[in-house]
Amino acid sequence: MNFPDDLKYTKEHEWCRIKGNRVVVGITDHAQNQLGDIVYVELPEVGDPVKKGESFGVVESTKAVSEIFSPVSGKVVEVNDPLSDAPETINEDPYEEGWMIQVEFSSGKELEELLDVDAYKKFVEEEAE
Amino acid sequence: MSNPTGWKPRIEQESGTAATHPEVGAGGATSGLAHEERLLFEHGAANGRTGVSLPPAGGDFDPERELPPELLRAGIEGLPTLGELEVVRHFTRLSAWNHGIDTGFYPLGSCTMKYNPKSSEALARLPGFANAHPLLPPELAQGSLELMFQLERALSEISGFAATTLAPAAGAQGELTGVMMIRAWHVARGDARKRVLVPDTAHGTNPASCAQNGYDVVQLESGPDGRLHPETVRDAMDEDVAAIMITSPNTLGIFEAHIAEIAEIVHAKGGLLYGDGANLNALLGVARPGDMGFDVMQFNLHKTFATPHGGGGPGSGPVAVSEKLVPFLPLPVVVKEGERYRLVNDGKERPRTIGKLREFHGNFGMFVRALALIREYGPEGLKATAQLAVLNANYLRARLKDAYDLPYETDSLHEVVFTDKAQKPTGVTTMDLAKRLIDHGFHPPTIYFPLVVHGALMIEPTETESKETLDGFVDGMHAIAEQARTDPEGVRASPRKPVRARLDETRAARKPVLRWRPGMKVE
Repeated sequence: MNFPDDLKYTKEHEWCRIKGNRVVVGITDHAQNQLGDIVYVELPEVGDPVKKGESFGVVESTKAVSEIFSPVSGKVVEVNDPLSDAPETINEDPYEEGWMIQVEFSSGKELEELLDVDAYKKFVEEEAE
Repeated sequence: MSNPTGWKPRIEQESGTAATHPEVGAGGATSGLAHEERLLFEHGAANGRTGVSLPPAGGDFDPERELPPELLRAGIEGLPTLGELEVVRHFTRLSAWNHGIDTGFYPLGSCTMKYNPKSSEALARLPGFANAHPLLPPELAQGSLELMFQLERALSEISGFAATTLAPAAGAQGELTGVMMIRAWHVARGDARKRVLVPDTAHGTNPASCAQNGYDVVQLESGPDGRLHPETVRDAMDEDVAAIMITSPNTLGIFEAHIAEIAEIVHAKGGLLYGDGANLNALLGVARPGDMGFDVMQFNLHKTFATPHGGGGPGSGPVAVSEKLVPFLPLPVVVKEGERYRLVNDGKERPRTIGKLREFHGNFGMFVRALALIREYGPEGLKATAQLAVLNANYLRARLKDAYDLPYETDSLHEVVFTDKAQKPTGVTTMDLAKRLIDHGFHPPTIYFPLVVHGALMIEPTETESKETLDGFVDGMHAIAEQARTDPEGVRASPRKPVRARLDETRAARKPVLRWRPGMKVE
């Protein structure tokens, strides 16, 4: 399982890449592996508000439909539209081509509550038990 | 030729030929003669047959004179022309590809796929019921109205509530109805609230029913024993919470043991308790949700009361309510006045009703079947239903728990949830186990639900299965666990025996083909 060092993580298995006043958000390698083949993704629109810990979209696999939760509060400034035609990208490349949205966050403080790679790895191990 | 029953023509016995027997699954599934079946549209119009002989049109009849131009069509390209026998064979052959409760074991967890007795079917087909027109004036429909009245009384008594509406068309519409009444009750008190609490072991329809009514859903975590705990409810409960929706037993098949305390907490803050009756089969005749403190509950007649389910429907989702919600019941309501029955259809008589949910009176044919079952079983039979449903599930649990991982040690009621944890190291997943069961001749259980369990296999045998059938299923499950060890690839490549072998579900979901078009290549 691949967990890049330079990302931040949530307990709902999203990752974030911080870029200035924005974060890029997607789901982790572990999440896509647990979901199995992803067949559908529903994302918000540019300009939509998101709130930390609240659902901003859904991913559907052959097993289940799961909500995706925003790691920060703010406004959606970019959406990875090609995913709706090629949801398998999330399985194939969850951290690069499979990114979902970019959020302009309202408070840098929320970033401090995110998990670093070691904390996330530990969380995944604990959850498996 | 070989034959799974072991019977051989004498000539074969005498010649001593070693017949090669096809593999026979634990449920008796083997190979058989199945026909490939083209779509009717693929037959085309070439042979020019028809199933009916129409008289020639009258000499001076001209459709263009009789009908407005927008209703005229010059011709239809590719409309198949087929004789009656071809059409009958087409549908009969397709029906033979199917698996239903009348063909085999169908342990689809949370769906209560029990046998639908043919006696109930026969009664529903009595001409007086089957041909009753929904617009008949009440004086010509007294028998049908009496049946509805009796069923309403029986369901209210069985569930421990004051009254029941028969109108909702299925379980999900029942939930919607129940939450609408909760909302109407709060609004009538001038206290419109914002949220509904739903545990993580609920059916997916629960949050949907709340959202449809404009409520925000707050998900509550179940405890390590699979139960909802009073402290969790206490922490989430406030004066903005309209209700809590609880399924008992929950989707783990575990009895919610703290309902009385939870009811006290929720009622103290002015909220109501919604009971999802999807799993009522486990409690029938033994415990009554109305006595536990629930305020409203939907039935699923197509589960608990053995009316057709899963393609054979329609469903039926009556909703029972406690005294305080009675004024809000939807219309129509059947009332008895002296010896006569009357339908209340006018909102003026019930000013606080939430209104009409659907056309006419509900799925009447299901009422006949359900009441037939209730009258045939009586109180003792209904109680035995729950007891045997629980016994059967626990029998499977006891016999399978060494071969499959059991995520919760808490006692099971009418269904039991296993996981693929023990098989996963070999690469065999829940999906593969389910597919392999088809080769044995069993319908797979519900899989990957409830969501709180990873790789869930949710097995609900119901009370209508014999010990022999359950033993066959256990043998099949053991054989699959063993095969997962010795031949995981074989499990992953299943099923092989059905007319259509393993389907590419991913491609079907990503690139669904929803409509046939002329010239299309059908795989």
